[in-house]
Amino acid sequence: MGQIKRIHEMLVSGEITCTELTQKYLNEIENSNKELNAYITVTPEVALAQAKAVDEKLARGEEIGMLEGIPMTLKDNISTKGIPTTCASKILTGYKPIYDATVYELLLKEGVVMLGKTNMDEFAMGSSCETSYYGGAKNPHNTDHVAGGSSGGVASAVGANLAVYGLGSDTGGSIRQPAAFCGIVGLKPTYGAVSRYGLIAYASSFDQIGPITHDVEDAAIVFDAIAKYDDRDSTSQGSEPTLPTLYDDIKGKKIGIANQYLKDVREDVKAAVLDAAKVYESMGAEIVYFDLPELDFALPCYYILAMAEASSNLGRYDGIRYGYKAEHYNGTHDMICRTRSEGFGKEVQRRILMGTYVLSAGYYDAYYKKAVNLRGAIVEAFDRAFEKVDVILAPTAPVTAFKNGYLFGEETDQLEQYLSDICTVPVNTAGLPGVSIPCGADSEGLPIGMQLIGKKFDEKTILNLAYQYEQAEHKTIETKWGVKL
Amino acid sequence: MKYELVAGFETHVELSTKTKIFCSCTTAFGGDPNTHCCPVCIGLPGTLPKQNEKVVEYAIMAGLATNCEIAEIAKMDRKNYCYPDLPKAYQISQYDKPLCEHGYIELSNGRRIRILRIHIEEDAGKLIHNHGDTYVDYNRGGVPLIEIVTEPDFRSIDEAKEYVERLQQIMRCIGVSDCRMQEGSMRCDVNISVRPEGSDKLGTRTEIKNMNSITNIAKAMEYEYERQCDLIESGGAVVQETLRYDDATGTTSSMRSKEDAHDYRYFREPDLVTIAVPRERVKEIEARLPELPEQKLRRYIEEYDIPEKDAALLTRYRSISEYFDKASEGLKAPKTASNFIIGQIFRRLETEADKEAFEVKTSAEQLGEMCRLLESGKLKNNLAKKTLEQMLDTGKSVTDFISESDMAGLDDATLTEYCQNAINAMSAAVNDYKSGKEKALMAILGNVMKQSRGRADAAAVTKKLKELIG
Repeated sequence: MGQIKRIHEMLVSGEITCTELTQKYLNEIENSNKELNAYITVTPEVALAQAKAVDEKLARGEEIGMLEGIPMTLKDNISTKGIPTTCASKILTGYKPIYDATVYELLLKEGVVMLGKTNMDEFAMGSSCETSYYGGAKNPHNTDHVAGGSSGGVASAVGANLAVYGLGSDTGGSIRQPAAFCGIVGLKPTYGAVSRYGLIAYASSFDQIGPITHDVEDAAIVFDAIAKYDDRDSTSQGSEPTLPTLYDDIKGKKIGIANQYLKDVREDVKAAVLDAAKVYESMGAEIVYFDLPELDFALPCYYILAMAEASSNLGRYDGIRYGYKAEHYNGTHDMICRTRSEGFGKEVQRRILMGTYVLSAGYYDAYYKKAVNLRGAIVEAFDRAFEKVDVILAPTAPVTAFKNGYLFGEETDQLEQYLSDICTVPVNTAGLPGVSIPCGADSEGLPIGMQLIGKKFDEKTILNLAYQYEQAEHKTIETKWGVKL
Repeated sequence: MKYELVAGFETHVELSTKTKIFCSCTTAFGGDPNTHCCPVCIGLPGTLPKQNEKVVEYAIMAGLATNCEIAEIAKMDRKNYCYPDLPKAYQISQYDKPLCEHGYIELSNGRRIRILRIHIEEDAGKLIHNHGDTYVDYNRGGVPLIEIVTEPDFRSIDEAKEYVERLQQIMRCIGVSDCRMQEGSMRCDVNISVRPEGSDKLGTRTEIKNMNSITNIAKAMEYEYERQCDLIESGGAVVQETLRYDDATGTTSSMRSKEDAHDYRYFREPDLVTIAVPRERVKEIEARLPELPEQKLRRYIEEYDIPEKDAALLTRYRSISEYFDKASEGLKAPKTASNFIIGQIFRRLETEADKEAFEVKTSAEQLGEMCRLLESGKLKNNLAKKTLEQMLDTGKSVTDFISESDMAGLDDATLTEYCQNAINAMSAAVNDYKSGKEKALMAILGNVMKQSRGRADAAAVTKKLKELIG
């Protein structure tokens, strides 16, 4: 049984009250957050008020929904009315949104308990959570290592049992990679399945909100609750519920392995993924090896387009209306320049500059336009692949969690950070759904993740396959942290 | 040397949709600062635009009314620039796939001003400078605009003036904008250059902004034309730059040079989906378009025999032409109604705004009723003017001012009596008439009219007199 169902039954049976449950989580956050740095903002008043409402409902003998009273967290780029939403950036210091993101609205209707807002790379730009203005979140399996990024805070919190689940966002791997590093489940939905309204944009045509959970069943429950059409997001369509087919047999399913996905991957990671393929074979699925040469272009294509969109999306932080504003300046122009120079971190500035460059007159055709065309080619390549297979199996990341500071060390090439996204970005480039689940550990005991990639709006198939593997193999590694129930 | 003026227009027209282009805030003019705003139109982090379909429809109407081709597929783009009145640091506009292209507006001299494109975009907010501080009001931010871009087809200032007037008429007629230049709901930028007469090469152009009336457009163009001619004559060269027109001095001054031109880094707006315009939708919108001012003008002149000058006045505002169309319904000579409107009603409307509002006490139906009585002879011509003045003063109907007997005219017995009296009294005139002097009958008719105090119908009297004289 999944974590959410288990806690739901405890609440319904009265084994624990929602307030007790919530208090346990708040206590553990209090105990562990200094070391893990998973949360930027903890919201005990909000959480306890929500918990009280659930307890009152239970006391009246009313039925509660599956997500009702379940303590969870939101990545700090998801807008919450009256609660600081920082994007882990100095430039949003003091900013409190005046409206709720659609996903939070949907979850509020489900009656969830919101424990707080979790850490991330600044504006979701990073692969280790270390570009956060508040310092990086740590890996609950070994705090000398990063939690991954950019949704490192959610992954750290869920991995360390400081929340039952959380919502992250995935632009180039930001849900799946930290989920893999922290040994849990992360689902990046199809572009358009979940409303982006209220998600502070990094790269609008890639961004997608999704759940980070302990297990696949939890991911399905949370996904089904948030994958709804939203009139406020023109690109939103919603998606089919995944729970009804979650427990189905997978016999006869065709699983593709693209050779290109295994090329630049560490041996132990590759071995773990190929072992998983054998498990699937033993369950009656068919494994098909094939070539997807377009994958080689996915990384430059992604970075050009994402940075271009970011350079435009982040133009609004000028110190005039909200957030950080430079203290000393001489006139409006100088105020905007200083605010942005002081308010944005290095990585964000780097991406804004590169994005501005690729859109500039004289370079547009060489970079942006080419990348747009490449994106089309990548979409078509996946379309062709899915004529032959039901899902694609791949590693989530080429390595396991980096040591703290590694990506920004003096000996590390800046490109290495970007290369670490090589397995995750193709999915965002093509707008496909992908789920990362644990499939082993390296010699140091750090989790290895694999991802299942599906056709557009076919979350149900990848979750079904993920669930069956999880049930057969039980690769989740417990940590010493957090709430024990 | 003589120089020819070459000019093109870029005109921003605020659309009169009830709500803004990407959110449901009101587009009403004015209001306390920042009261017509929401998270979307002030560009708060995480918000997304939502296309207002009415804006697309209005732009298509504008395109159809100016003979444009309507795109089957259009898209929105981001125009990036940083200015405090633009809260997202980009304006959502259309770059390479505008909704309408390749249209024209025909001028009275028969020349066609080609329209390159019409695209939709959002307006920015406004900066308010006060005692050295600057404030931003975002009420106007997100108000829908269309930008109408012409080819450099203007060869005279008169053509430019007529174009702006025509454009206003068309937009008002189809109901997509009130086109008030003073309020900024219509804003014109003019690209202007000069070249030696006879040359077909384009000279270096300047762009003039900040003109808030047709008079100022004419003045600014005049000034800029002279400035460029003088510059070239004195051996200088025109520099490509953007100029601001100063109403107070009647001169232009430089805003920015070509080197300072923005690189807007246009790219596709990822938050909005493609705008698909099926042909059936275009047909459906076309069918709903009202008769355009140009068509109306031609109908008034050709079918109603109304002088061109009067027809132009009638078609200037939708309110007037609608009034006239209603008043002239069913009349044998619609011109009658036109004459009253131009001759008497217009005199009571002093300002341009009064004419546009066209608020008169007499309804179009009441004027129509009066014209019908006139046509049937029940209201005499010489009483009409006075009667209409009374109607306009009071708002009462024509029947309130002419008596039952007036309405009925004279009965046959009375008419015969009056005619016989006249014949008896004017034997000399009767003899003249009998000997072939047609004109003599007019004198006898005058006598009858006098007896009837103007109530008799001239045609009926003539007929009766001829009968009696034999």
